[in-house]
Amino acid sequence: MSAKDFPVIFELSVSGRVGASYPAPDVPARPLAGLLPAGQIRTAPPALPEVSELDLVRHYTRLSHRNFSIDEGFYPLGSCTMKYNPKIHEDVARLPGFSRLHPYTPPDDAQGALEVIWELERLLAEISGMDRVTFQPAAGAHGELTGMLMIRAYFDARGERRTNVLVPDSAHGTNPATATMAGYRVITVASDARGNMDVRALREVMDDSVAAIMLTNPNTLGLFEEHILEVAEIVHDRGGQMYLDGANFNAVLGMTRPGDQGFDVMHMNLHKTFTTPHGGGGPGAGAVGVKSHLVPFLPTPVVEKDGDRFRLDDDRPQSIGKIRAFYGNFSNLVRAYTYVRSMGSEGLRQVAETAVLNANYVLARLRDRFDLPYDRLCKHEFVLAGTRQKKQCGVTTRDMAKRLLDYGFHAPTIYFPLIVEEAIMIEPTETESKRTLDEFIEAMRAIDREARETPQVVRDAPHATAVRRLDEVRAARQPDLRWRHR
Amino acid sequence: MRTEPQRVTLRRPAQHKYIPATEAEREEMLRVIGVPSVEALFGDIPAAVRLTAPLRLPPPLSDPEVMAHLSALAAKNAHADAAPCFLGAGAYDHYVPSVVWALAGRGEFLTAYTPYQAELMQGELQAIYEYQSMLCELTGMDVANASMYDGASALAEAAVMARDLTRRDEVVVSTAVHPEYRRVLKTYATPLGIRIVEVPHRDGTTDAEAVGAQISERTAAVIIQHPNFFGVLEEGKGLADIAHGRGALLVCGVAEPLSLGLLTPPGAWGADIVAGEGQALGNHLNFGGPYLGMMATRQEYMRRIPGRLVGATVDVDGRRGFVLTLQTREQHIRREKASSNICTNEALLALAAGIYMAALGPQGLRHVAELNLYKAAYAKEAIGGLRGFRVAFDGPTFNEFVVRTSVPPEEINRRLRREGILGGLPLGRFYPDLADGWLLCVTEQRTRAQIDRLVAALEGMR
Repeated sequence: MSAKDFPVIFELSVSGRVGASYPAPDVPARPLAGLLPAGQIRTAPPALPEVSELDLVRHYTRLSHRNFSIDEGFYPLGSCTMKYNPKIHEDVARLPGFSRLHPYTPPDDAQGALEVIWELERLLAEISGMDRVTFQPAAGAHGELTGMLMIRAYFDARGERRTNVLVPDSAHGTNPATATMAGYRVITVASDARGNMDVRALREVMDDSVAAIMLTNPNTLGLFEEHILEVAEIVHDRGGQMYLDGANFNAVLGMTRPGDQGFDVMHMNLHKTFTTPHGGGGPGAGAVGVKSHLVPFLPTPVVEKDGDRFRLDDDRPQSIGKIRAFYGNFSNLVRAYTYVRSMGSEGLRQVAETAVLNANYVLARLRDRFDLPYDRLCKHEFVLAGTRQKKQCGVTTRDMAKRLLDYGFHAPTIYFPLIVEEAIMIEPTETESKRTLDEFIEAMRAIDREARETPQVVRDAPHATAVRRLDEVRAARQPDLRWRHR
Repeated sequence: MRTEPQRVTLRRPAQHKYIPATEAEREEMLRVIGVPSVEALFGDIPAAVRLTAPLRLPPPLSDPEVMAHLSALAAKNAHADAAPCFLGAGAYDHYVPSVVWALAGRGEFLTAYTPYQAELMQGELQAIYEYQSMLCELTGMDVANASMYDGASALAEAAVMARDLTRRDEVVVSTAVHPEYRRVLKTYATPLGIRIVEVPHRDGTTDAEAVGAQISERTAAVIIQHPNFFGVLEEGKGLADIAHGRGALLVCGVAEPLSLGLLTPPGAWGADIVAGEGQALGNHLNFGGPYLGMMATRQEYMRRIPGRLVGATVDVDGRRGFVLTLQTREQHIRREKASSNICTNEALLALAAGIYMAALGPQGLRHVAELNLYKAAYAKEAIGGLRGFRVAFDGPTFNEFVVRTSVPPEEINRRLRREGILGGLPLGRFYPDLADGWLLCVTEQRTRAQIDRLVAALEGMR
């Protein structure tokens, strides 16, 4: 460690310090040898840090100051829906009746928890237009796998063998990775000049070997698939299933329902649309909604209601089985339920309207300074290209993203979707005020000016962060993935 | 004195507190966009699927109303503070020091995204690097990832990783592995064509002879859990030797990582991949989730581990910093060729587990592990000595054990509930041959008085 380095916690360790307090045993302590065979007893303790409680508090508080969060500032990260996470959700999720509840508590003694799951299922079914919803998946990609395995089980039950899955070239990386994990071969389908799935290309590849198409709608360009009904017809005509990656569901809440658009199965990222906190990369929750023909294949257990009692139904012979232990990321279900009950129908519609209004406003005020590969009204997000700055000033999208950090903003999603060169994907969400959007717009315009006038400032960015640009090549070539006592 | 009835003018405000845009601002923004109405922004949605009526949802609740509603639901649940809880089986009631969530729950961590912009996210990245380091220390492994979804899915992904490493398509799995983990393994393995061979337990531990008989040149891994689902310690080294003798890996599932404060770590006896559940490390019971999938392996398998990895590097000024690294394994780069589709994981719980491990330190971890051991031993001896109950298996245990009961365990639990006690897990639903088996867990949270109450309540149940 050099003097200018921020210490890792192991460097604060002093032998003999403790940061927790535990009682002496109130039962007889017995010689270990009588309870455990000698070979099973650890001879060297794990070399964990030895710190006091205040050491710990200072260290993690300082780390938190070296982090960026929605609570601190604007996070226009496209495809991630970084909206405000209400504080009341944290209080609710930590009620002991939820947080201190063991998953194997007999259902009769966990009626309140089962009621939350059952009620949330009804609410999300109504919002999405699907017939039933499972909450077992822990994240969006986990939901994709669940959905694709249900599709697989559906065809198995019909005695049909289909080997391929269609994925548009604009799709999230999780989609093709999921198709592989579900045992399918991936066929990529091109997008057309307006940013829609290319219907002609789809007709060419859609045949009886295709189990499903995995679509995002609005897609990752932030555009509603204008030919969605035609796409659904083409896929269904050849017996295929329509899978919706619901990462962008926020844009259409209360405006249109995937279940009405022809989707057979979809996942909803509760940590995006239903605002459970992202936690720096999880926990999320991936609810999966299905149409009735896929209900027999839902993971077990499902929550059923008999009279006024809720129970767990594990007796579902056609189920794909379990995708995770227990019932999913329950405390995020509590948060999502609280959110839907707080918003109501009108509130959710306002979410979509405002998210789309905010995105179009920012787009309208940036379009003269940046290239816009797909020039349409957008939904909740839009994709610019940094090609002009790259060509004219030698400043890349990465440089401009890093420069935004100096202005106190998180960067947009960059270099995604892959079909847009130097992509800059901006999603403001509905919870940002016009003032914040204006400040962001001014920063983007200032960076464009800097790219032309003082490009080196942008290329060397960031300047105001805890560390400056990091050597990623070294990190990959000489991996240092854990602290070692030197 | 009589007053005139007041006219009620107080209504719910039209503006929602999570949506700041005012009517005037909306108008101004529409003007800039150049469209007449918000409605016009949705013209690309085909009319046939535009909703014309509001969603049928219950009317919105204000904060006090929603809090009252959720509090009432929470109050219907018999949680571990309301009734002494003797359930374990993959979810453990350990004391969570206040410092853990006072820090992990800070908005700076809670409301951050995956640290893609490293310069801005050093706090999160470093906290995960520290967690990875601590998990390596705990398990005796070389490399740990930033987390998986939970213990069950981590174990399933470990099987896929073993297949990729060995290019073999079969795994030998002990029936003493958590039954839900085995079900998840089956869900993951089936579409990939990975064959699962289950080997029985004998007297509560994995039958080494059966493993030896089942293992073959097709075997990618032998998968065990330690301590196993019955709470019994496995002979890890012997099983690892059998696996290695046939060129297979030994995958060690861990459901109760606190045991490693006291037990020889899997890395020291030959495990190649440790995959399991980290809930016990500072995370609440949460009715089963979110939990923390742990995964760690040996140095030579580093490039095949799924999920995110944080590595240390330097910035342009030579200062230490941290980044997500070896990302060419991952879905956003490799797409259909990625080692897994995992993206969002359980980063916040990994961060909390790091705080927990640092708070306890080596001494505290050992202390808590010994408390679990002694209390469970005390309860096991007392219950095993009661008429109508006998300890099912002879092997050494950590904080869980199985007893066989003359009264059906479900009935025992019903009677215990009347005494305000949450009893153990009846095993019949998972093991038909153990329909009289009752899996009890005694953590440091259970006091001697509570254990004595349990024993007293069981006395005479036969």
